[in-house]
Amino acid sequence: MIEVRFFATLRSGRGKITEVSADEVSTAGDILRRFEIPEEEVHILLINGFHSRPEAAVKDGDIVSLFPPVGGG
Amino acid sequence: MSDAYYEKIARINLSTGEIKAEPLNLELAKKFIGGRGLGTKILYDEGVATVDPLSPENKLVFITGPMTGSNSPSSGRYMVVTKSPLTGMIACANSGGIWGAKLKFAGWDALIVEGVASDWSYLYIEDDRIEILDAREYVGVLSEKFDDLLKAKHGPECSVLNIGPAGEKQVLLSCVMNDKDRAAGRSGTGAVMGSKKLKAIVVKATRKQLDVIADVEALKEANRKCLEIMKANPLTGEGLRALGTASLVNVINGIGALPTRNWQESYCPTADQFSGETLAEKYLVKPGACYHCPIACGRVIKHDDKIVGGPEYEPLWAYGSDCGNDDLYTIDEANRLCNEYGLDAIGVPCTIAAAMELYQNGCIREEDCAGVPLEWGSKEALIEWTRRMGDPQTELDWLMSSGSARLCGHYGHPEFSMSVKKQEIPAYDARAIQGIGINYATANCGAAHVRGYTIAPEVVGIPVQLDRTVTDEKAVWAKTFQDLTAVIDSMGNCLFTSFALGAPEYTALLNAATGTDYTPEQVLEIGERIFNIERMFNKAAGMKPEDDRLPKRLLEEPISNGPSKGMVSQLPLTLPQYYEARGWVNAFPTDETLKRLGLDECVGK
Ligand code: SF4
Repeated sequence: MIEVRFFATLRSGRGKITEVSADEVSTAGDILRRFEIPEEEVHILLINGFHSRPEAAVKDGDIVSLFPPVGGG
Repeated sequence: MSDAYYEKIARINLSTGEIKAEPLNLELAKKFIGGRGLGTKILYDEGVATVDPLSPENKLVFITGPMTGSNSPSSGRYMVVTKSPLTGMIACANSGGIWGAKLKFAGWDALIVEGVASDWSYLYIEDDRIEILDAREYVGVLSEKFDDLLKAKHGPECSVLNIGPAGEKQVLLSCVMNDKDRAAGRSGTGAVMGSKKLKAIVVKATRKQLDVIADVEALKEANRKCLEIMKANPLTGEGLRALGTASLVNVINGIGALPTRNWQESYCPTADQFSGETLAEKYLVKPGACYHCPIACGRVIKHDDKIVGGPEYEPLWAYGSDCGNDDLYTIDEANRLCNEYGLDAIGVPCTIAAAMELYQNGCIREEDCAGVPLEWGSKEALIEWTRRMGDPQTELDWLMSSGSARLCGHYGHPEFSMSVKKQEIPAYDARAIQGIGINYATANCGAAHVRGYTIAPEVVGIPVQLDRTVTDEKAVWAKTFQDLTAVIDSMGNCLFTSFALGAPEYTALLNAATGTDYTPEQVLEIGERIFNIERMFNKAAGMKPEDDRLPKRLLEEPISNGPSKGMVSQLPLTLPQYYEARGWVNAFPTDETLKRLGLDECVGK
């Protein structure tokens, strides 16, 4: 399974955390489409804590974290 | 006068009671802009670098920039510049709210406070008039009540800057508060004010806007462009308003750079419980904004039955994972106490975290703790020790309130103090994010995130996404961010505008307001000049090359858990690169660099 974590405004209607079977998706972009999240709404995409892009491959056991525009100091 | 300055500085000597209006040296103002730059230049020239920070010889400069109070975005900022009793080096603490704008509206570019009053006093400023008034009845009064009392006395339209009990007692982690919950937070500026027996500065102004702008139409146009860019930018347009800086808790934890239990770990499994998301869900009433700020990153929260300023990212982290705590209500309460007592809401919780590690190792014993053991995550400890540090009585209270470097040094474990130049390091693990460590090590005011915020490119992807784990080009990024930040701090705008704006936009604002015709390159060079004069202040104050360092833990102890497990800071590699980019040798500018920057007065020093 792949763990998907949603943050900030991306949580609304989706909850905080869910799982997706690794057989059903091959890239992070597939996960975005699956949850109907337009790419431009995702400002930070982490795979296992490292910045990645929608075209990056995902595999069983990965943790994918999705953030809208957030930041500060 | 039409250059965005009122060309007037008040010099107030509390020992003699003399108050003088002095003309602003315009040539210097153009060379150092104002705010942080001009404030440091004044103190450097007046020989403050070598004085005892808590003696009458130290001077306190409250200084606006040319943009403070203007219609440019987020323009309510001012700086408190002095010699820090915490670091022994330059202190330049920045704050928002509306106080700075009011000082400018009253017609003053800056106040220079000297000497020490014979008894507790406060300054009352109403336009041209400045009076030294009796503050004896207010000693010990907490910030919020003090603000109410002074507004009741002088009218609701005045704005109040004050110290709390911590500053009165010259606690080294004390800060200067204004407008109840805004803080010039770091480097112990409150203690300097306390050493002068100056409780507050109240300002009332007839003017409601600046009437000294060089080219009003050009400024309008420059503003319009800035606002357009800020609105279109995902962070300044909506991100910061929605969740404030607190939204970073989950991001920084997500990459494994959220220091936990005094940096023994860097990932906190329960971080969501004190995140911006949870804060918004449980306590947020509305976003809050400083003067003329479209970003509105502030948090107005409901706490018990009160509406108060809520915690930003830094105290959320510091009272949260850094102290092994995930209870948001406790963080809100501790943060509120910091505001009430006038305490640095980064330095205080980070020192508690260091004390908890000392306790964990048996250096501080249960019987030393007067009934409140310093156990990881103890809610009672966070609240009670904050209170004790705000109004210290026992020897341990005093040690704690002097910051982690002195505390850990006392117990023979300096390695537990996560500080640089005796100032506690903010909330981003420099082992997991290589550029920010360069900034921590070299910031002239001691460890700071707001002097060169490379987190923007390294984590948030602004203006471009860099790989946080590599060192390539990070030295140059750190230098450029430091120089641009010095410009923004000196202009009087909020650093957060720089998520959207760059050197060309700041240059356009500055030129329109002051009538200069700088290029962006020249403006960045002014920033570099400011950074270098700060460094020369520090050199005169006795700074040594080894003060540009990071704690051993960041260099030698790999991160123990989470996504960044195994990483250490590569500072030994990047620091020489940074010095080279700056034209420095052994931590200080060469004479050639000083001459290039027009700092001839520092050559040979
Ligand atoms: S961005 Fe935040 S800190 Fe900066 S001026 Fe606006 S409200 Fe104040």
